[in-house]
Formats: sequence, structure tokens, C-alpha cells
Amino acid sequence: MAYSDKLIDHYENPQNVGSMDKAAPDVGTGLVGAPACGDVMKLQLKINDDGIIEDAKFKTFGCGSAIASSSLVTTMVKGQSIEAAEQIKNSDIAAELALPPVKIHCSVLAEDAIKAAIADYRKKRAQQG
Amino acid sequence: MTVKLPIYLDNQATTPVDPRVAEAMIPYLTQFFGNAASRNHSFGWAAEEAVEIAREELAALIGASPKEIVWTSGATESNNLAIKGAAHYYEKKGKHLITVATEHKAVLDSCHALEREGYEVTYLGVQPDGRIDLDELRGAIRDDTVLVSVMFANNEIGVLQPIKEIGAICRERGVVFHTDAVQALGKVPVDVAELGVDLMSMSAHKMYGPKGIGALYVRRGRPRVRLQPLIDGGGHERGLRSGTLAVHQIVGMGKAALYAKEDLDTGKIDEVRRLRDKLWAGLQEQLDELYLNGSWDHRLPNNLNISFAYVEGEAMMMAIKDIAVSSGSACTSASLEPSYVLRALGVDVELAHTSIRFGLGRFTTEEELDYALALIVEKVRWLREMSPLYEMVKEGIDLKSIEWAAH
Repeated sequence: MAYSDKLIDHYENPQNVGSMDKAAPDVGTGLVGAPACGDVMKLQLKINDDGIIEDAKFKTFGCGSAIASSSLVTTMVKGQSIEAAEQIKNSDIAAELALPPVKIHCSVLAEDAIKAAIADYRKKRAQQG
Repeated sequence: MTVKLPIYLDNQATTPVDPRVAEAMIPYLTQFFGNAASRNHSFGWAAEEAVEIAREELAALIGASPKEIVWTSGATESNNLAIKGAAHYYEKKGKHLITVATEHKAVLDSCHALEREGYEVTYLGVQPDGRIDLDELRGAIRDDTVLVSVMFANNEIGVLQPIKEIGAICRERGVVFHTDAVQALGKVPVDVAELGVDLMSMSAHKMYGPKGIGALYVRRGRPRVRLQPLIDGGGHERGLRSGTLAVHQIVGMGKAALYAKEDLDTGKIDEVRRLRDKLWAGLQEQLDELYLNGSWDHRLPNNLNISFAYVEGEAMMMAIKDIAVSSGSACTSASLEPSYVLRALGVDVELAHTSIRFGLGRFTTEEELDYALALIVEKVRWLREMSPLYEMVKEGIDLKSIEWAAH
């Protein structure tokens, strides 16, 4: 399968690999996918009181496209507001990396990861009152 | 020390043509181009002589008589001819066949085709080590069973089936025994008389010969095995496989067999085994959570199939792109389903996604092996550093306790 240069670059030099303290009140963690399906993404967003995403980290078990999609997503959301990050669509990710049709599900997973991380952050905020 | 990249470690997929084989073939394209069926001039005689020498060379590799060799286009055709040919010929005796879940698609799909014609097929499962249970085979044979087809060595996991025992069971019950021996030739000794094999599929390109040529061994001695041909035509190959013989390809397969036998006789194959063992030992020394797929004791000397837990197979192949290997991961297949062979062994689907097949060969060098080992270790560590699953396991989280959302 021929992958785009951008995809290969994100795979070979992934941006923002790592973990943040998932117990921290300003960190939202999204864990999506399933080992049985061959891909699991963990996306963490550090969000300030103004609702701006200050930092993003990921760890991904999956194929090259899944890793590249996760890496791309961290670069897309950094510095964005929660609302703007929520607008990111899987098609944006797929287009940016020129994902082949059989790999579209990787971009869907990346979109899900953003939504899951934001939902986790909001839940934490709600619990804090 | 410089190693030429990329390194080829996918010798179960195909092998390079040995330069000695290629050299032997060339004159039969330009100089001795005759039709082996032309009986009235020297061009034909030269072609026929070359074909018969190759037949002897291949027969010598498997302990057969040259008359028992039928040339085909490859092992897929050999498997089709053996299975459909025997089923059709012995139709009046019965319409039941037995094969195994881990067989090559050429065998399984031939059986499926027969099922559509009204035949019944029993698909034996395998034990966790990839071998069949002989008692299960005994129990599956019925009065109307006409053929048992069990591969010699599996193409993904290299597991060797107990061929001699299966041969004895089939002989006792009067059932024709076919084996797909494509992966075994030149790697382990194969003697059809000793093993009690009636039909055996062979391919040149898995033993350093050209693609597009194969053969089927068809027993002529007692008991004689009969087949109904798949292809109608000029009656070549005793009527079993019509079509002008591809003389240069056949010459190549003959020489490939000659050198395959040499690998066994000279101990060259033991050197391949030593390198394979070194790779496995080196990986185990430096990495944790590795799982060998299939039996270690009953295995081809050049095969290693390992699950690198928490590292997805396709990502792994991209990371070690200077080494050509295969994966049982779903992401490498069009179907997005992980290897049916590994699933038949009962390997967890999670682990099937992380499997990599290494196939060493005649031309694999120690330098290549050392380079590959170092690269694999480095990249597995890198990918595990990136793997949320590895992180969770290291934190003591049981992955099975998590409710994953299937997608």
C-alpha cells in the first residue's frame, strides 16, 4: 500500500507521544478502540480555565495510519478552544493524510478520541462543581 | 560491516531464483526452444530430454519414480488437480473428504468448490501447537471417505504435521492421502514411499526455482492412484495435464530440486536453522511478552512466527521496513480479518494482530540476521513506548478487565 509522505512522516516522527497525569483536574483522557480490533488510541488534552487546549499527548496501538492519525490530531488541537477541537471531522484527518479507503476507520477513531477526551474533561469539571 | 538493504526474510512467500538455476534455464528459452512433444526433429528431442532429466531430479528429491511426476503451473493447480481430480475419479466410492482448518486457500477453496457440487468435507481443527489430533482424524474417516488432504508444513507458522502417521492411517483405511508439501521441500527430508503419501503438491518458487511451475506426485505403485484431469487437450503428462510443457520452467524446477536436495545432504539447512534459532534466542533475551505461534519442536528450520504483544503487525512492518517480512495482522489484509491460521490455533485475536512471520533462506547471512535482530529490538521498544496497552499492562492493569468499545 502506498502511503502519503505526510502520513509516513507522522508515523516515523510522531508528535506529542506520551502520557499526562490522568487524575489531574485539567486533563481529559480519551481511550477509544479495542485490542481485538487491532487499534487503541489514548489521547490526553490539558485544558486551561479559558477552555483552550494547552497540551496534547497520545499513545496508540495500531497500524501506521492509526499512529499517524493520532499524531496529526495532537498537532491540530493544540492551542485550539474546546469548541474548535470538537469541530474536527474524521474527513479532515483522512484528507490531510490521504488515507486509503481501508484506513478511513483510523481517522474515525482519532475523531472519537478527541470527543472522548473532551467528554472526560467536562465530566471532571462537572464533578468539581 | 555493511549490510545490503532491504533484507529479505519472507522466504515462505517466495524465494529468489538461485543463479545456478537461472543459468540452467536460459538456453531453453533461446537455443533449445523446441516443443517437447515434437518427436521428429532434434529441437523436440533436446526439449524432451531436458524435461525428463528435470523429472528425474525432482523425483530424486522425494524418493519417487520419475513416472510419478506430473508438471503443473504451480502448487495451486497441483492442489486443485489432486483434490478435485481424486474426488471426481472416486466419486462412485464416496463423496466425503477430510482436510484441516489451517490448510492453504488453494486446498480449502478446492474443497469448497466440491461442496458446491454436493460433496461433504470435514475440516479438522488443530491443537494449540498447530498439529492435528490423529485420533480425531481416525474418527473422521468414514466408509465413503475418498481423500484426506493434510499439508506437510504450514506456510504461516511452519508447523509440520505427522505425515507418516497420517499416511499409515489412510493406507489402513484405503483412503487416498494428499499432502501439500510446498513449504517442506528442501527444508526437511521428504520420502513419499516412507511417508505413505499418495499425492503430493510441489512448487518451484518456494525452493529457489522460478514462479509458474509446479508438480504433482501421483503414486503409480500399489496402490495406484487415479485422477480425473482438470484440463482437456493434447493429452500431455499421461493425460493428466494437457498443455505444451514449459521446458525452461521445468528445467528450472529440476535444478531447484537438485540444489534443495544438496541443502539437506550437505547440512546447509542446519546453518539456516542455527540462524533462525539465534534470532529467536536474541529476541527472547532482549524483549519481554513474546509469544511463539505454533510448535517449536515440529517446525520448519527456517520459520519463526512470533506475536510481539502490544505492537500491531502492520505498524511493526512499517517500522522495520528495511526487512521484508509478513504479518498475520488484519491491517495487512484486504479483508481486515486477522490470520485464520492463528485463529485456528486458538491464538487470541489481540495477539494475532501482533504476529510477524520471519522466513529465513538459503541466502540469509549472519550479518543480515544480526542487523535484523538489532533493528527489531529497537523498533519493538519504540512502538511499545508508544503503545497505551503496554503502558497499561506495566501499570498492572488487566486489559481483559476493560470494557472496550468494538468498532
